[in-house]
Amino acid sequence: MKTTDLTYSEVNSLVLRMLEPPRKAYFGILFFLLSVVGIGVTAWAYQIFRGMGVTGLNNPVGWGVYITDFVFWVGIAHSGTLISAILYLFRARWRTSIYRSAEAMTVFAVLTAGLFPLIHLGRVWLFYWLFPYPNQRFLWPNFRSPLILDVLAVSTYLTVSSVFFFIGLLPDIAAARDQATGWRKKVYAVLSLGWKGTHRLWHHYGAAYLFFAALATPLVISVHSVVSWDFALSIIPGWHSTIFAPYFVAGAIHSGLAMVLTILIPLRKIFKVEKLITLDNLEAMAKMIILTGLIVGYAYATEFFIAWYSGNQYEYEIFRWRATGDYAAEYWIMVVFNSLIPLLFFVKRIRRSVAWLFALGILINIGMWFERYVIIVTSLAHDFLPYAWGHYKPSLVEFAITLGSFGWFFLLFFSFAKFLPAISIAETKELLPLPVKRGGKRG
Amino acid sequence: MKPVSLVGVFAHFDELMEALQKVKEKKPERLVVYSPVPHHKLEEILEPKPSPVRYFALAGALTGLFGGFGLAIWSSLKWGLITGGKPIVSIPPFIVVGFELTILFGALATLVGLILTHQFPAYKIPGTYDARFSVDRFGLAVRVSQEQRNEFEAILKSAGAEEVHVR
Repeated sequence: MKTTDLTYSEVNSLVLRMLEPPRKAYFGILFFLLSVVGIGVTAWAYQIFRGMGVTGLNNPVGWGVYITDFVFWVGIAHSGTLISAILYLFRARWRTSIYRSAEAMTVFAVLTAGLFPLIHLGRVWLFYWLFPYPNQRFLWPNFRSPLILDVLAVSTYLTVSSVFFFIGLLPDIAAARDQATGWRKKVYAVLSLGWKGTHRLWHHYGAAYLFFAALATPLVISVHSVVSWDFALSIIPGWHSTIFAPYFVAGAIHSGLAMVLTILIPLRKIFKVEKLITLDNLEAMAKMIILTGLIVGYAYATEFFIAWYSGNQYEYEIFRWRATGDYAAEYWIMVVFNSLIPLLFFVKRIRRSVAWLFALGILINIGMWFERYVIIVTSLAHDFLPYAWGHYKPSLVEFAITLGSFGWFFLLFFSFAKFLPAISIAETKELLPLPVKRGGKRG
Repeated sequence: MKPVSLVGVFAHFDELMEALQKVKEKKPERLVVYSPVPHHKLEEILEPKPSPVRYFALAGALTGLFGGFGLAIWSSLKWGLITGGKPIVSIPPFIVVGFELTILFGALATLVGLILTHQFPAYKIPGTYDARFSVDRFGLAVRVSQEQRNEFEAILKSAGAEEVHVR
């Protein structure tokens, strides 16, 4: 059965059924995720109490797992905006049933990413020093520094994607309000801002939505470019590269699409919405992953080519060492999982198998985490002078906080899917034929 | 005499459009269409002018652009410390500041525009609204004088309204 065979009321009931009061299993999973978050919070509290010495960070590797996690989570966020804004402007119809979840993933991933610079700061209570505000010391942040540009980019991204997400939800929260009873009805009534679906409202809403999409599109490209410049604007071998911006953006979308698969496949099974999130939708994402995987693979090859062709011995040495040195295992996980495994999606049987899509999605996520780890750690561990070389091994605290971040991300998404419509009701209806009496069918 | 509000509930879009054409010719005091989906035909008939939200978006974006460059240049001159051998006023990195604030202010101003043009939040649900309008029914509500009531009721019914209510 295709989505277009559904009627308007079937779309409402299929999506709103997801919001029915949860069963015991839901609370079980909630408790598990809260426990994982608890592990991360405890580890962070321990780090605040004891100081940064509890991490593996030291000379020469001052950026490790926390910055890896930051770049990883910002990257995860990207495909949400790609699906919700860029594909909206391109009028790609397959995005309709998945964009809400992808957009929610964006907001939650940026919320997760935003924690890591704070965790990495050590003295977290001084985080506000990063923002430009008038103060009695007459000090302003250095706007020539990519780190400050990053603060601006990520906080803009969080604000804009949250607004875009909330505005997109309004018609569907109103639909939930109209069906709900008791306290839920009151909460939805407040959140819907009094949406009534009048012609005037649809008119202004349509215009605003288009602007949000048009503004979010260049923003998403800029955010990971700016994140890449945190590295590229330094002079460290392996970081100082002009291809970093497109390379990071493609990698971000690559990991984000894989995370969408990781989230949507269980979601459509648990909530029984296979009629809305169809195999065709998942296959379309697998095709996008082929493209981003090819770009990422090309970037890996280009880095090696430049290292050799430039004749720069430091650049050459870092790439030789990445592939054969202390971090070779991590490096080859990155290469195989990100650029070779996605090629399996060229086989139609694989990209139309839910089990394969889910498994390969997870492998790509693992690969993309290692990509950031390899880029960040190896370059710092092995820069110009052999005397200054060193080795970094993450501590248990860093692992615990990373684990906690996964718990936090999935906890946010899990709570969202039960409380707000995770599939757009209004936009799905736009895909269906209009209910007309003459020569049509009932809605 | 006090005017009355009539609302016709339609299951089909073509019937709604037929009723809308006829009702519009009679120029009622107030006319509202409720719909579970947006449709360009409704906009062509009822809201032919582009939404003023676009002016908000432009104003916000320009404020952000000039504000971003202004903030970066002004604050750098306030503390003229050379870092990384770059000029105090370095335009290339300031493009990022200008760009991010263009997007940020553009989006926030669009939100403000949407709130102002539609008086969000508007929690009072009018009597003509029906919970089915967010599911699969279209509504055509008009406010007319008591004398015109029967005439408008007949138009709505003849176009194919399933129900006509007086509120």
